[in-house]
Amino acid sequence: MNTVAVIDPRHAAGQRLREQVFRAATFVAALLVLLLLGGVALSLLVGAWPALSHFKLGFLTREVWNPVTDQYGALAPVYGTLVTSFLALLLAIPVSFGIAIFLTELAPVWLKRPVGVAIELLAAVPSIIYGIWGLFVLAPVLQRHVQPWLIEVLGPLPGIGKLFQGPPYGIGVLTASFVLAIMVIPFISAVMRDVFETVPDVLKESGYGLGATTWEVIWQVVVPYARTGMIGGIMLGLGRALGETMAVTFVIGNAHRIGSSLLAPGTTIAASIANEFAEAVGDLYTSSLIALGALLFLITFTVIATARYLLLRLERKALSSV
Amino acid sequence: MSRRAFRKFTNVLALALSGLATLIGLFFLGAILFTLLHNGLAGMSTRLFTAMTPPPGGSGGLLNAIYGSVVMTLIGILIGGPVGMLAGTYLAEYGRTARVSAVIRFVNDVLLSAPSIIIGLFVYELLVVRMGHFSALAGAVALAIIAMPVTVRTTEDMLNLVPQGMKDASTAMGAYQWRTIMSVIYPAARSGIVTGLLLAVARISGETAPLLFTALNNQFWSSNLAAPMANLPVVIFQFALSPYPNWQQLAWSGALIITVSILVLSIAARLVLSSLNPGGRR
Repeated sequence: MNTVAVIDPRHAAGQRLREQVFRAATFVAALLVLLLLGGVALSLLVGAWPALSHFKLGFLTREVWNPVTDQYGALAPVYGTLVTSFLALLLAIPVSFGIAIFLTELAPVWLKRPVGVAIELLAAVPSIIYGIWGLFVLAPVLQRHVQPWLIEVLGPLPGIGKLFQGPPYGIGVLTASFVLAIMVIPFISAVMRDVFETVPDVLKESGYGLGATTWEVIWQVVVPYARTGMIGGIMLGLGRALGETMAVTFVIGNAHRIGSSLLAPGTTIAASIANEFAEAVGDLYTSSLIALGALLFLITFTVIATARYLLLRLERKALSSV
Repeated sequence: MSRRAFRKFTNVLALALSGLATLIGLFFLGAILFTLLHNGLAGMSTRLFTAMTPPPGGSGGLLNAIYGSVVMTLIGILIGGPVGMLAGTYLAEYGRTARVSAVIRFVNDVLLSAPSIIIGLFVYELLVVRMGHFSALAGAVALAIIAMPVTVRTTEDMLNLVPQGMKDASTAMGAYQWRTIMSVIYPAARSGIVTGLLLAVARISGETAPLLFTALNNQFWSSNLAAPMANLPVVIFQFALSPYPNWQQLAWSGALIITVSILVLSIAARLVLSSLNPGGRR
């Protein structure tokens, strides 16, 4: 073909216009991300305002939650949210750490991928499935076999005994923590595995060269190197646990009080909202639930932002060391 | 015990424990899948896919709920997908090094892990309060907001995998950047982007919390987007917590349907991805 490229001015103008339109479209879409976060924060504040201005700071410090007398305090759900998430992490961190070690240092190559995918699939299972499984399978098992043992063995102990007293309900704070732990394990172990893999082989090899065992290399070389990333992964898991709704709603029993026993029913912020919002009548009731949501947003936002910041810093470190 | 023996012992013990931890993780996946299959298969029949949700004690299926879930998930991804793709394109191409992009990436990552019930509350305030009633549209918008950050992230990652040389070649031919993106970059990253969309669909099709007070539920067939619409997750929630055996059975069957579809989607997405960049994981 013997064509010579001729620039048609109208064509060029059309191209330029499309370029500008497309560019603007992508930019607006990207700004939408920011707008979304701002919109969420704003709408929660607006919705929460009636309750916050009515109860003032008392909303945060009172345990009462009574739709009949229109008195609402956030203490019990906040307490439940923090306790269940803390216990869940306590159970999940060692297991996630073990899985990450197995996947990076121990598993033969042919096993790595299938096991890794299986653990990731655990994260894909929707939370409502964890909920019904927790309620119909896990709770009865805990009620029959685990909780009586806890009550008998740990209950009489001074101090921590208080946490394990009362009847074995099956559902309650402990069961919710257990389900949460299973749910966050895949998240934490996936991040830990990824940060373990950023550890340069040279570092590990020098450890082995000095005669260290696999465990010594992991504990004294890999873990110190990957510490920031591990904390980031744990915070990410914490963010999950704090905001998890359906699974907890099924198994926590929705009782607005702070029981001293972990076996007693309780509630979390997310579970309270899920249980009561659709049926809430009265502006103050609805507004109080939205205020709970705003509180949850604030807590999870702080946790997730910290986690992302730590992981981001790690990414930069990895890039600069290349 | 000699020091050497002690070190060996600690090593074996620690590694055995890490193997045990992995078994624990796999055990729970197995236990959940077993329960679902065991309880869900008992209720499998053609009625499940042809009849509406029944009143307590009656017989019925999940047709309206399945339909509602499919419709809301589709609308959700049709809104959230393209917007997310555009935003991801900005982050990977036009605004790759812009200062605002760093902020957007950060905020997007936060949205990615934000509790979905918060999104539900947001859409409630935004749409349900204004419209005065629950609606399928509000549910779909909530799902779109959850699908969007997922798509932004995967699109950016996938576009970044396209070799710079290809972009340069297109630019050297005199193509404007939009032409390069449309005719070179998108086609090169197509299967990656599709995978991202699949993952987003997998993510939103099991979401329950954001639908509770947006789409709510509907015992009957409804294709009206402005009215409450049945959907699998909320039906599972209500039926599982009900005291009626027939409702509980339907909840288990619904749970099986939803989990199998999501796992199939996730595995398919992974297969596409691993065929794309063997060696890489993600």
